Amino acid sequence: MSTLLEVSGVSVTFDGFKAINNLSFAIADAEMRAIIGPNGAGKTTFMDIVTGKTRPDEGRILWGDANISLLGLSEARIAREGIGRKFQKPTVFEDQTVRENLLMALRNARGPLQVLFYRPRREDLDRVHELSGEIGLLDALDRKSGELSHGQKQWLEIGMLLAQEPRLLLVDEPAAGMTPAEREHTTALLVEAAKSRAVVVIEHDMEFVRRLGCKVTVLHEGAVLAEGSLDHVTANQEVIDVYLGR
Amino acid sequence: MSQGVLAKNPSVLTFLAVLGLFTLGVTLMSEWAGTEIVSTSLVKTLGKTLCLALVAVAMDLVWGYTGILSLGHFAFFGLGGYMIGMWLMYERTHGIVVSSLAEAPIPPTEAEVVAAIGNQIFGVVGSSEFPPIWAFADSLALQLVLVVLVPGILAFVFGWLAFRSRVTGVYLSILTQAMTLALALYLFQNDSGLRGNNGLSGLQNLPGLDHVPQSSISIWFFWASAGALALGYVLSAWIVSGKFGSVIRGIRDNEARVRFLGYPVETYKLFVFTVTAMVAGIAGALYYPQAGIINPAEIAPIASIYLAVWVAIGGRGRLYGAVIGAFFVSLVSSWFTGGQAPDVNLGLYTIKWVDWWLVLLGLSFVAVTLLAPKGIGGLVDLWTGRLAPDRHGADLGPDAGSLREAEAEQ
Ligand SMILES: Nc1ncnc2c1ncn2[C@@H]1O[C@H](COP(=O)(O)OP(=O)(O)O)[C@@H](O)[C@H]1O
Ligand SMILES: [Mg+2]
Repeated sequence: MSTLLEVSGVSVTFDGFKAINNLSFAIADAEMRAIIGPNGAGKTTFMDIVTGKTRPDEGRILWGDANISLLGLSEARIAREGIGRKFQKPTVFEDQTVRENLLMALRNARGPLQVLFYRPRREDLDRVHELSGEIGLLDALDRKSGELSHGQKQWLEIGMLLAQEPRLLLVDEPAAGMTPAEREHTTALLVEAAKSRAVVVIEHDMEFVRRLGCKVTVLHEGAVLAEGSLDHVTANQEVIDVYLGR
Repeated sequence: MSQGVLAKNPSVLTFLAVLGLFTLGVTLMSEWAGTEIVSTSLVKTLGKTLCLALVAVAMDLVWGYTGILSLGHFAFFGLGGYMIGMWLMYERTHGIVVSSLAEAPIPPTEAEVVAAIGNQIFGVVGSSEFPPIWAFADSLALQLVLVVLVPGILAFVFGWLAFRSRVTGVYLSILTQAMTLALALYLFQNDSGLRGNNGLSGLQNLPGLDHVPQSSISIWFFWASAGALALGYVLSAWIVSGKFGSVIRGIRDNEARVRFLGYPVETYKLFVFTVTAMVAGIAGALYYPQAGIINPAEIAPIASIYLAVWVAIGGRGRLYGAVIGAFFVSLVSSWFTGGQAPDVNLGLYTIKWVDWWLVLLGLSFVAVTLLAPKGIGGLVDLWTGRLAPDRHGADLGPDAGSLREAEAEQ
């Protein structure tokens, strides 16, 4: 498998505080990866860096088969390159319907003029229909997304992510605030997605991570502390000390 | 295309019908129709108000829908007025000069005519030379192009600089105020080439139509203003109805999220900012011939703030709200400031509305912002029974039991 994203030697300092410290990370096509670590370990900041929200002080980020550098590209450009992101707090456009949210996310031309003259095609509507079925929101297509429950918003956001058809999905704490049944559904969605693309999931809940059944990276103080199978990292004494033991 | 617009905005047809009836009613009651129930000066006031409604619709697009609180759109409105004013003044002076020189024994050369026009127009600022910006003033077609081009280019350059540097929120508003202030101060100078604080005047007289009474000219402009408002309204409704509308409302509510969907947010902002500036220019070009005069005071920063107040009071984020706000506030304002409102005698102190109107307007603005953020347009929701659930930002309960739009509508 070829490497899709390669982050090497990246550091970020906020007001003298080193949030990310010489971090290296790589993920292959169609790979699922979980990132765990204590609060403030730099997990969200890592996603900020990859998606172009935060510029690193040093390091390299290479992307895709052509190994292009993501440093210096705008957030929108990086998204169009094929990196989709789900935020820790569900962020959907609450004032708009589920359908409008999904249509906006669908992989189509993004320029103002193309969007101005855009009319949904048959296959776009079919795709929205199909996606809303997958995320269990078929009946809610015409509801304002602000009316959805917390879990439903999380799913809508995952649906929007899938609609973008990214090659890499970055998912920040998708199961936060979900009921056990909702968590199970979310796991299924992510495992399904990872069959055809790379998925990185940040999660606190060990049970959730176990069900993903993938390689795990442990972050601590902005650097990788351990990497490997869940059993491997949970047996690591350092990991137990800084994260599990507390 | 149009079907989609109407399906998503049933209010468009209602609006067009109301506007049509209003136009017809005023026309039939005008001096032009011979009934004289509505005086020519009132026709002009109403025609001007239609232009203000058009610029308010533009403001709603940029602020209510895209979330850019521009406090500079009246500058674009004024520039549109200046551009048409230059042609009106040049051409009319040309007519006067030619007829007065016709009595001279030797027919004047073209250069002498131009020099005489320059003398007439720029005498008040102690000059007689035509500044370069008047190069096209003899061509109606070119000046009409400039009506959209000049505001468009200024908005594009300003927007490009501001949005590219990700200036947002209050900082952007302050920057737009600085832009209008700078423009007004520049125009106040006598050597700005636009007659300094004298501005351009006599704009109510159409060149070559001296024999046509103002009662006719005023009704023509009234129709043109109504037509422009109708077109601008339908265009805006079309822009906000489709995916473009989704994207700009997304930018208003969470621009970072829109970026992560891959949309070039800055380009969208620049697009909306520039297009609305052009619409404002057109509105201004129709307004000032009805006002008769334009001077730099029109572009003062406060004018753009009023524009925001109209849209806020009328209800932003809905196009008819902007129209209602512009009509309501500007007509009430001219009633209060025109001395028609009776003074209130409090014994010790007499409230003269001419002085106190601004205080009242300010208080209404604060009251609307705090108590009725949907503005007057929100009353329409009461009437159509569209009540949004008041969630105070909380989620609507767990999955199945959530309040649905249908329930919320009861
Ligand atoms: N924009 C910022 N400015 C200053 N400090 C920040 C910023 N973003 C994150 N941090 C700090 O960096 C550290 C890592 O944060 P974060 O990546 O959110 O951790 P987590 O692993 O919990 O997601 C935290 O101490 C946080 O306070
Ligand atoms: Mg986090």
